[in-house]
Amino acid sequence: MTETLPLGKAIGRALGDALAEDEKVVLLGEDIGKLGGVFRVTDGLQQQFGEARVIDSPLAESAIVGTAIGMAYRGYRPIVEIQFDGFMFPAFDQIVTQLARLHYRTAGRVRMPVTVRIPYGGHIGSVEHHAESPESYFAHTPGLRVVTCSSPQEAYSTMRAAIASDDPVIVFEPKAKYWGKGDVDTSVVRDLDTATVLTRGRDVTVACYGPTVQTALDAAVAASDEGIELEVIDLRSISPVDIDTVVDSVRRTGRLVVAHEAPAEASVSSEVVANVVERAFDALNAPPERVTGYDTPYPPSALEGHYLPSLDRILDAVDHVLGRRSSRSELALTGGAR
Amino acid sequence: MSIDVSARAAEHSAGLDEPLAILDPSGARHANAVLDGQLSDVDETALTDLYVDMALARRVDQEAFALTRQGELVLWPPSLGQEAAQVGSGRALRETDFVFGSYREHALAVLRGVTFRELLAVWQGTTQSGWDPQAYRMATPQIIIGAQTLHATGYAMGLRMDGADDVAIAYLGDGAMSEGDVNEAMVFASTFRVPAVFFCQNNHYAISEPVRLQSASPLAARATGFGIPALRVDGNDVLAVLAATRIALQRARRGGGPTFIEAVTYRIGPHTTTDDPTRYRDDEEVAQWRGKDPIDRLERHLAQNGARVDQIREEAQVRCDQAARDLRTAVTTGEMPRAETIFDHVYTTPTVRISEQRAQHLAFEASIEGES
Ligand SMILES: Cc1ncc(C[n+]2csc(CCOP(=O)(O)OP(=O)(O)O)c2C)c(N)n1
Repeated sequence: MTETLPLGKAIGRALGDALAEDEKVVLLGEDIGKLGGVFRVTDGLQQQFGEARVIDSPLAESAIVGTAIGMAYRGYRPIVEIQFDGFMFPAFDQIVTQLARLHYRTAGRVRMPVTVRIPYGGHIGSVEHHAESPESYFAHTPGLRVVTCSSPQEAYSTMRAAIASDDPVIVFEPKAKYWGKGDVDTSVVRDLDTATVLTRGRDVTVACYGPTVQTALDAAVAASDEGIELEVIDLRSISPVDIDTVVDSVRRTGRLVVAHEAPAEASVSSEVVANVVERAFDALNAPPERVTGYDTPYPPSALEGHYLPSLDRILDAVDHVLGRRSSRSELALTGGAR
Repeated sequence: MSIDVSARAAEHSAGLDEPLAILDPSGARHANAVLDGQLSDVDETALTDLYVDMALARRVDQEAFALTRQGELVLWPPSLGQEAAQVGSGRALRETDFVFGSYREHALAVLRGVTFRELLAVWQGTTQSGWDPQAYRMATPQIIIGAQTLHATGYAMGLRMDGADDVAIAYLGDGAMSEGDVNEAMVFASTFRVPAVFFCQNNHYAISEPVRLQSASPLAARATGFGIPALRVDGNDVLAVLAATRIALQRARRGGGPTFIEAVTYRIGPHTTTDDPTRYRDDEEVAQWRGKDPIDRLERHLAQNGARVDQIREEAQVRCDQAARDLRTAVTTGEMPRAETIFDHVYTTPTVRISEQRAQHLAFEASIEGES
């Protein structure tokens, strides 16, 4: 049951297994059939399950989500692919004004077991609209579950849980990690509510998700060379975010760094920090720090290395919450911010 | 040719059954009642210019493609095979008309005078907008499919309000026809009778998806449903494209409202340098379309007319070789932007928040430098 797979293939496996198990599961999206998706995540599925269940859709994102809603009315469990993060906005209206609210609006009479897959995040060196992290827009919308994953195992079990959910789930797939391999046990199940603690450590809690998880794990290794222990938490679920796990951790470490690729303003890190301050202010030994994309549009790819949370930027924030020398403390000394 | 602007829109549609054409693949010229009146000024010199323009467009495309394979550009959407559609329409425009393109209109950019450095910077990943749209009256590449059709329509609404006789032209693909934006653009353009041209290059594929997946009827036939007259032309026939675009522009300038042009052409290369077209189309189809090559066609036509083709080809070659050299220089001497430019131009006046993040980033960079 355990196999070594790249993350993208693990998602493909989850889709194939769901298609095989439930004839109400259908896939819909641009280029997902013959081409197997621009990232080949759906490779081979149309050959296996036919054009009626793995549907190449016309180039219209609003229609992809809107028709998935109609299919769900009819008892189907559509899984739709939005080709890239930057292209979800034409579908945004259907997602937030329709998909997210139908269960509520109909007082529970209608269920929307729709899964929306969005390859997201940077570091693939492409052009505009191919590297964004729009998860906060969805986290802000009641009625949606928003999840992500950071390893092939997580990818497989997250996708299965999303498809099984009777609520709409937006799955953010860390596209830069599609090719990273790991063991996948197809019997592992997960819920859509909880974070996981990846490394135990006494000094600083680092909460992150998606593509930033590996960077944080690398930071934990680097920090341990200096005798500092990081507790890395993979949030996995962006909405609802598992604050209990983060608070438990902060109660032990007293320090928090939150990292993600999206800009900081009104983001997942805003939510995490606000909750921790509300619930564990007494446990904090230092103000929490955020390491995120800046509050600018995603830059041209030549500069993305400066924009994204890097190992060094995470370590710098760790130094700062520990009261050690960091660029942030120096900035405060020189008053250089403005 | 005079156009009765008060007549019903559908009456001005043509080519819906069979694309309008002037030159056939052998280079022979045929009479065309709709288009011929537009071409009386096109003499051998004009034909030669069109030939050189197309050759140049092709060479720029080929060099950029090669540079991407060599790792100099991050991505390139090739325009091979679509030279007639772009040059024919581009040469019909006047300087003050405004072009809203997608990401494949390299020939248009070159015709508008965009420099190679400006053209390629986006594809080098060093900027999001390589040139000043107002300076060249051409918007920079649009990645979001179809969004530009609304911008063109809005620009044309502005032109109308100003009483100007310039035109906005939007370039889009066959796949784009399915997007809501494009359909909404046609509603507005038709309702407000704006001086806009929708120029659809039907190159038969949207990445892997054949055009029949986007439309059960000819794309041009859709426009008539919005009350927009349509012209469907052989997109590999530069003369047919030139003439059709002239008709559309005249109609717009005279207050006749929008026109939809479908140029039926073919994308010979992959969608972009990251695409693998062997997964979704066969060699036979590609070979068939290679036989309809727009440049070969014009060359044959020139030869049949007794033009000195050797000389024309040589002239084009000299221009192309020079362009290839210039293009390579532009890429290799392109500047890497400084990191802190990330924070520039988010707002016309930086917010406190962005100024702080800029300072923070600079301090961070300095601290890293201090360490190494
Ligand atoms: C809103 C949106 N959805 C999806 C994409 C991804 N995408 C880029 S090009 C393309 C195909 C476009 O086909 P077409 O409109 O025919 O133009 P062509 O590329 O053939 O010139 C797709 C699906 C995108 N850029 N924008």
